[in-house]
Amino acid sequence: MSDLRAAAAGPEGDDVRSDCHVHYEPGPDSLAIEISSKVDYLYRDSIETAVRRVAVGLGVSTGQLEVVDRGALEWVLMARTETCLRLAGAEGPAVLPETYPGADAPAVRERLRRSRLYLPGNRPKLMLSAGLYGADGLILDLEDSVTPADKDAARLLVRNALIALDWGGSERMVRVNQGDLGLEDLRRIAHHNPHVVLLPKIEDPEQVRRAGDLLREIAGERAPLLMPILESPLGIHHAFEIAAADELVVALTLGLEDLSAELGAPRTEDGWESFAARQATVYAARAAGVQPIASVFSDISDAAALARYVQRERGLGFDGIGCIHPRQIPVVHAEMTPTGADAERAVRIVRAARDAERRGLGAVAVGSKMVDPPVVKQAFRTVELAVAGGVLAADWDDDQV
Amino acid sequence: MKLEKNAAGRMVPTEVNGREAVPYAGVGGHRPVGHKAAPAIATCVDYPADGDKRVGSIKEALEMVGLSDGMVVSSHHHLRNGDAVANMVFDAAAELGRRDLVWFPSASFPVHANQISHLDDGVIHHIEGSMNGPLGAYCSAGKMRGLGVLRSHGGRWQAIQDGEVHIDVAVIAAPTADAFGNATGDRGPAGCGLLGFALADSVYAEKVIVVTDNLVPFPCLPWQIQGNNVDAVVEVDCIGDPEKIVSGTTRITQSPDRRRIAELAAQFCADAGIMKPGFSFQAGAGGTTLAFAIYLRDLMRAAGVTARFARGGSNKYMVEMLDEGLIEYILDGQTFDLDAVQSLRDDPRHVNTSPFTSYNFHGKGNFASMVDVAVLGATEVDLAFNGNVVTHSDGRLLHGIGGWQNCLTARCAMLLVPSFRDRIPVIVDEVTTLCGPGELIDVVVTERGIAINPRRQDLLDAVVGSDLPIKPIEDLKAELDRICGVPQKVPRSDEPVAVVKWVDGTVIDTVWRVE
Repeated sequence: MSDLRAAAAGPEGDDVRSDCHVHYEPGPDSLAIEISSKVDYLYRDSIETAVRRVAVGLGVSTGQLEVVDRGALEWVLMARTETCLRLAGAEGPAVLPETYPGADAPAVRERLRRSRLYLPGNRPKLMLSAGLYGADGLILDLEDSVTPADKDAARLLVRNALIALDWGGSERMVRVNQGDLGLEDLRRIAHHNPHVVLLPKIEDPEQVRRAGDLLREIAGERAPLLMPILESPLGIHHAFEIAAADELVVALTLGLEDLSAELGAPRTEDGWESFAARQATVYAARAAGVQPIASVFSDISDAAALARYVQRERGLGFDGIGCIHPRQIPVVHAEMTPTGADAERAVRIVRAARDAERRGLGAVAVGSKMVDPPVVKQAFRTVELAVAGGVLAADWDDDQV
Repeated sequence: MKLEKNAAGRMVPTEVNGREAVPYAGVGGHRPVGHKAAPAIATCVDYPADGDKRVGSIKEALEMVGLSDGMVVSSHHHLRNGDAVANMVFDAAAELGRRDLVWFPSASFPVHANQISHLDDGVIHHIEGSMNGPLGAYCSAGKMRGLGVLRSHGGRWQAIQDGEVHIDVAVIAAPTADAFGNATGDRGPAGCGLLGFALADSVYAEKVIVVTDNLVPFPCLPWQIQGNNVDAVVEVDCIGDPEKIVSGTTRITQSPDRRRIAELAAQFCADAGIMKPGFSFQAGAGGTTLAFAIYLRDLMRAAGVTARFARGGSNKYMVEMLDEGLIEYILDGQTFDLDAVQSLRDDPRHVNTSPFTSYNFHGKGNFASMVDVAVLGATEVDLAFNGNVVTHSDGRLLHGIGGWQNCLTARCAMLLVPSFRDRIPVIVDEVTTLCGPGELIDVVVTERGIAINPRRQDLLDAVVGSDLPIKPIEDLKAELDRICGVPQKVPRSDEPVAVVKWVDGTVIDTVWRVE
C-alpha cells in the first residue's frame, strides 16, 4: 500500500449536520482510526467498526484515518470513508451498508408519477426523511446539484442510499450525469435497484440506447427504467425518436431552465417561450406510449403559482410535475386529483365498462348514453388519480364482484 | 450525599443545599400542609409619604435593602436573552463584596454567562433556576458549589408560596415604572409584554427592587406589579436590548420534517375531535409549535371552528387568529414579538396571566388542566411515555423546564419531536432525566408517525379510521434502531450536580455530573 496518498472526503465546518469528514494520511504503521464525533457516547464502537470494515475491504491496512463526525448515519460514514480511501488510491472492493427492508422492491412500469422530488446527491441530511413526504418518486441527483469536485463522493453516497435509505413508498430514481460521466454513474448504481434512471440533456436516441444496453448488461432483467430529459431545441426536435428509442423508456420529460437558456428566451410564468416544446414533449411521449412529465417549478414559497403551473401542465397533457421541496408535493397531488364529481362519473363509466366486458358487449353504456373507448380509458385513469388523491376510497370497488 | 429511590425509580438526594428534600411520590402523591409563607410585616409609615422610592443605583438599592452574604436574590426572564438587569445585580453585589448568594431566576439565558465569573469568585453559591448554554455546561461539569435546582414556572411559584424558597431580595426589571414602584411590561423601549414571572416575587420577597429605564410620573398604568410591594426604584440607562427581547418577525420553521410534525399534530387534533367548537389550546413559540398553530388555524378555518381561548406564549400568528375571530381570548403567559406586545396592550381580549393563574400547584385549581390540548417539545421520550426536557442525551443540562411540566395536565398533552436529531434518537428506552411522568404524556408526534399513550384508550378509539400514521411507540423505536443503529448505554457518574423538581416540590430526578 506504499502508493497510497493523503486524501479527504466529506464536508467540514460547525454547521455540518448528519454528515462527516474523513481524512486519510498514509504511514507505515498499522491502520489507526481516530474519531471525534458528537454522537461518540452513543455510537463510538459502531462508527469505528464501520470505518474499519470499509478500509479493510478496500485493502487499506496502514496509515491513519481521521473521522470528524457530525451525526452521520452508518451508510453515510461508509460512503465518505470509501470516497476518501478511493481518492487516496485504494482499489479494493466496496463494503456495502446493511440493506434497508424493502430496498429490493421491483420497479413497476405502470404507476403514477405525479410528483418527483429532486434531492442533491451529496447532501445526506436532505435524504433522511425524504421517503416520508409521499412523493410518487424521489430523485437522487448526481448532475446539476453536485459540483464537479463532488461527483465521486455523490456517486458513492447515492449508491449507499439506494441500499440503506428508507424510500417510503416512493419510486427510486437517480439522475445521472451527461456523457461518459453518466455511464460511470450507471456502472456504480445499476446493481442497486434504482427503479428509474433520468438521463439528462438527451438529443439523440442513440444516447438512450447506449444507456439501455449498458443497464441490461449490468442488471439484466432488473435493468432500471429510463426517463430521458429533453433540455435543448435539438432534443425537442428528436422527441419522438428519443421516447421510442428503447423499451426501457417509461417516461419523457423536459428541463425548462436549460431549454430557456438555449432558446435565449427567459422562463416566464406564462411559459409561452416553451409552449411548443412542452406540447411536442406530450405528443412524442403519447405517440411512443410513455408518460409525459413536466419540468420542475422552482419558486418553493409560492404555492398559488405552483397550483396554476400544475393546472396548466396537466391541461397540456402532462402526467407529472418536478418538485424541489417537499412542501410542493401536496400542492401537486391536490391539483392532479380529480374532483369528487369527476371521480364518481369515472366510477360509473368504469363499472359500465366492466359490466359490458363481462356480458361480452362491444359497446359501453352509462344509463342511456353510449361511451366511446377513449372515454373509458380516461375514466380508468381518473379513478386511479382519485384514489391516489384521496377523493375516492381505495376500496371503492369492494362492493362489486 | 444520601440518595433514595423515588416513586419513579430514580435515585434522588434527600437533602438539597442543606434542606430536606422530599422524593417524588407519584402524580398527586404529595400535598404539603400548613400555611403559606409570607414576608415580614411592612408598615407604610416607614416609606416616603410622597411615594418617591427612587434610589441612585442598583448598588445603593442592594445596600439599602440590606443584602448580605448567603441571601437569595431573584430575577426574571421576561427580557429573555436581552436582559441586562440580572447581570448588573450580581456585578453590584460583587462590588459590595457579598458572597455565597443564591441566584433564583425564573429562567436564565446565554446572556447570563456573565454570572460564571461570580460563581467562580464565590459571589454566587449556586443557581436555583434553569441553566442552559454556558451556565448549563458549568453546572454539568460539577463546578457549582451547591446543587442546581430546576423548577417549572408553576413549581417556582409553589416553592415561593410554601416556603421552600424564601426570597430575600427580588429585583424586577421593568420596561415602564413610576417612582412608587408600579410597573408594567407592555410599553417602553424594552417593552416585553407582561411581568407575570415576577409577580410572586413582588408579593412574597422580603425586599423588592424595581429597575427601569422608562420612569413615568405616577401612576404607571396599567400596573402589572403593584408599587405597594416595592421597596426601592432604580432608574438605569438601559434594562435590556430590545432586539433580543422580542423578535421583529417570528419565522415559521422551513424544515420539512418539523412542518410535517406540526401538520400531523394539527390533523390529529381535528381527527381526534379535540378541535371542536369552543375548544382551547396552548402552543408555544418554538419553530414546530408555531407551525402547529398555523396548520391548526387552516383546519379551524376550513371546518368553521373557533376556539374559546388559547394560551400563549403569544405571537403575531395567534394575534391574527384573535383578530380574525378564530380565537375568542388569548390568556397570555409571555409575548414573543412586537405584534403580540401591541395586542396585549390594546386588545381587551388579549389578557395578561401569570404562573399563579396558569400553573400554580398551591392554587385552588389552575388553567393548565382546563386546556384541551397543549403542544410541547422534548429532548427525549421513552417507551413509557416519560419525557425529558432539561438534558441532552449525554446528560448535559440543555434547557429549563419552563411551563412544560405544568402543561402536561392539559386534557391532551402532545409532544412534538423529531424522531432523531443528527443520529441521536429522541425516542429511547429510558429517558436520561425524568421531567414528566408518562402517565401525563398522551401523544408523541414525530415525522415518522404518531404514538398514542396506551393509557388513553379514548384517544386511540377517537382516531380509528383516520389516515394518520398512528403506531405503537415501540414500532417508532424499532424504526429508529434500524435507521440510527442501536445506541450504546451511556454511563453516568454518581455525582449529582442538580435536581429536577416535580410541580409539587418533590424531587423527580437528579442531573449527574458529566465529564
